[in-house]
Amino acid sequence: MSTNTLALPDVTASDQALRRFLHGLPGVDPVGLEARAASLGTRSIKTTAKAYAIDLAISMIDLTTLEGADTPGKVRSLAAKAMRPDPTDRDTPATAAVCVYPDMVATAKETLKGSGVKVASVATAFPAGRAALDVKLADVRDAVAAGADEIDMVIDRGAFLAGKYLKVYDEIRAVKDASGSARLKVIFETGELSTYDNIRRASWLGMIAGADFIKTSTGKVAVNATPSNTLLMLEAVRDFRQQTGVQVGVKPAGGIRTTKDAIKFLVLVNETVGADWLDNHWFRFGASSLLNDLLMQRQKLATGRYSGPDYVTVD
Amino acid sequence: MSERNDRLSVFKTYKLYVGGKFPRSESGRVYEVTTRTSAAGTASRDKGKGSWLANAPLSSRKDARDAVVAARKAFGGWSGATAYNRGQILYRIAEMLEGRREQFVREVADAEGLSKSKAAAQVDAAIDRWVWYAGWTDKIAQVLGGANPVAGPYFNLSTPEPTGVVAVLAPQESSFLGLVSVIAPVIATGNTAVVIASENSPLPALSLGEVLATSDLPGGVVNILSGRTGEIAAPLAAHLDVNGIDLAGADAALAKELEIAAAENLKRVLRPGPLDLAADPGTHRMTAFLETKTVWHPTGALGTSGSSY
Repeated sequence: MSTNTLALPDVTASDQALRRFLHGLPGVDPVGLEARAASLGTRSIKTTAKAYAIDLAISMIDLTTLEGADTPGKVRSLAAKAMRPDPTDRDTPATAAVCVYPDMVATAKETLKGSGVKVASVATAFPAGRAALDVKLADVRDAVAAGADEIDMVIDRGAFLAGKYLKVYDEIRAVKDASGSARLKVIFETGELSTYDNIRRASWLGMIAGADFIKTSTGKVAVNATPSNTLLMLEAVRDFRQQTGVQVGVKPAGGIRTTKDAIKFLVLVNETVGADWLDNHWFRFGASSLLNDLLMQRQKLATGRYSGPDYVTVD
Repeated sequence: MSERNDRLSVFKTYKLYVGGKFPRSESGRVYEVTTRTSAAGTASRDKGKGSWLANAPLSSRKDARDAVVAARKAFGGWSGATAYNRGQILYRIAEMLEGRREQFVREVADAEGLSKSKAAAQVDAAIDRWVWYAGWTDKIAQVLGGANPVAGPYFNLSTPEPTGVVAVLAPQESSFLGLVSVIAPVIATGNTAVVIASENSPLPALSLGEVLATSDLPGGVVNILSGRTGEIAAPLAAHLDVNGIDLAGADAALAKELEIAAAENLKRVLRPGPLDLAADPGTHRMTAFLETKTVWHPTGALGTSGSSY
């Protein structure tokens, strides 16, 4: 990054230029990255700091249901939970958003009306992303028309891994245009990108193409969000803002199930990009079961008694 | 032995048994366990302390929390297993204990200050107790359940169901027979258990974990913690995901305090009472952690002839 002044339009002028730019990014030291992520995971967050972190984490959740078996009833109950996660304690903050498939957006939107909780919709032939561009765009327009505030798109990993970076770039641009005013989250599916170098390249590619958020994964593959890949993406958004002045959000998704894990991610955010990102406009958790664990920990802090799954909703 | 005297001694590291694994205490703490020199079981616990035996993990409330999570996770599988299968597994525990009889005789003799022969009698009784409860697993439903007579064309059936996760405070004086006598009835009926071993004599209990781990008993069905009974029992008694508590190892003051905490989520509480380990155990330790489920069931559509078949 050192000497590149990054005239952004130039790097996307041609496939070669884009490749030269992405392959010119500094290589990632995997051992150093993992050690850094692990050492930040050892911070001890207790008492009032923990209470603050739990509420912050709840407010950052994209409460997600992405199952073939989703019904309008399930989406409505999830939306109700997003608005009031713990009915026994009204001080509990609402989650940031509810994340559903495009055909469920209207149901979610109706339930959440006036609550401030946003509706995010996955689109672009989620989770594989294996469809023609016009099909993907139709998917996006459907979701936006139904009222989605945020669009979670998947990149074409096949094209990315084949080195067709410009194709991926063009696709993100097209989806961004189709999204209109909805914020665009770009999912890289880091578990399929093979190397940390690829994750760094994908992050830059996504940000150059206009992503509002970069997101680790779909939650549908074996390896989802890890502290290491999230740290790497946080470093990318930090460097990107330094160079372009544009702030991009980060969303780790999948595999974050416990309060302890969530707090580790918050430490990563604070230590890597600072307090500017400690807000649900710039950082999100894609999760479903995490919320129940956060609520149980919250109840424990409030009462001193360990809580149990009988005291939170079954999703 | 004499020519091998130059060997370095190999001490056993006693560890907890939680979720089928053998972790150290999350706190990293240990405490010294010593032999008891008098079998009298004197009122003051410090009296009669003897020579050092081993360091046992001094569990914290977080170990208790982790054990409850493990027990909850194991509950579905264990309570859903057939009674016959549970009986087989409990019998298997007796078989495995038989093979390690010498070790337990030594540990019980050290722990309780007993002669070898008296300790052996305790261990034999404990093994027999596993067999006894193994036999009960598929019979308790016949004794406690039943087909209730009702004035209508339907069946009405009652069956005993396990309560859930049960915290068990093992008796303080009888380190092994007493321990087995409180664990076996809890798990025989399909509950899972978080057990606090005798505070001053936890070693037989920790060794029992090694037996359970090799007896086809699913991990998490029995979780064994050692440490200060009061320190571990308090968070368990208040824990909202624990459904019952056996106070056998609590003194009167502690039992009262724990029972108050246990009232928060209406735990089933088995109060401490005189424990006659030589007597027929009876079924009351099993029934304490069972609840009766009653369902009605139609006899079948009534035919036009008035017959239901």
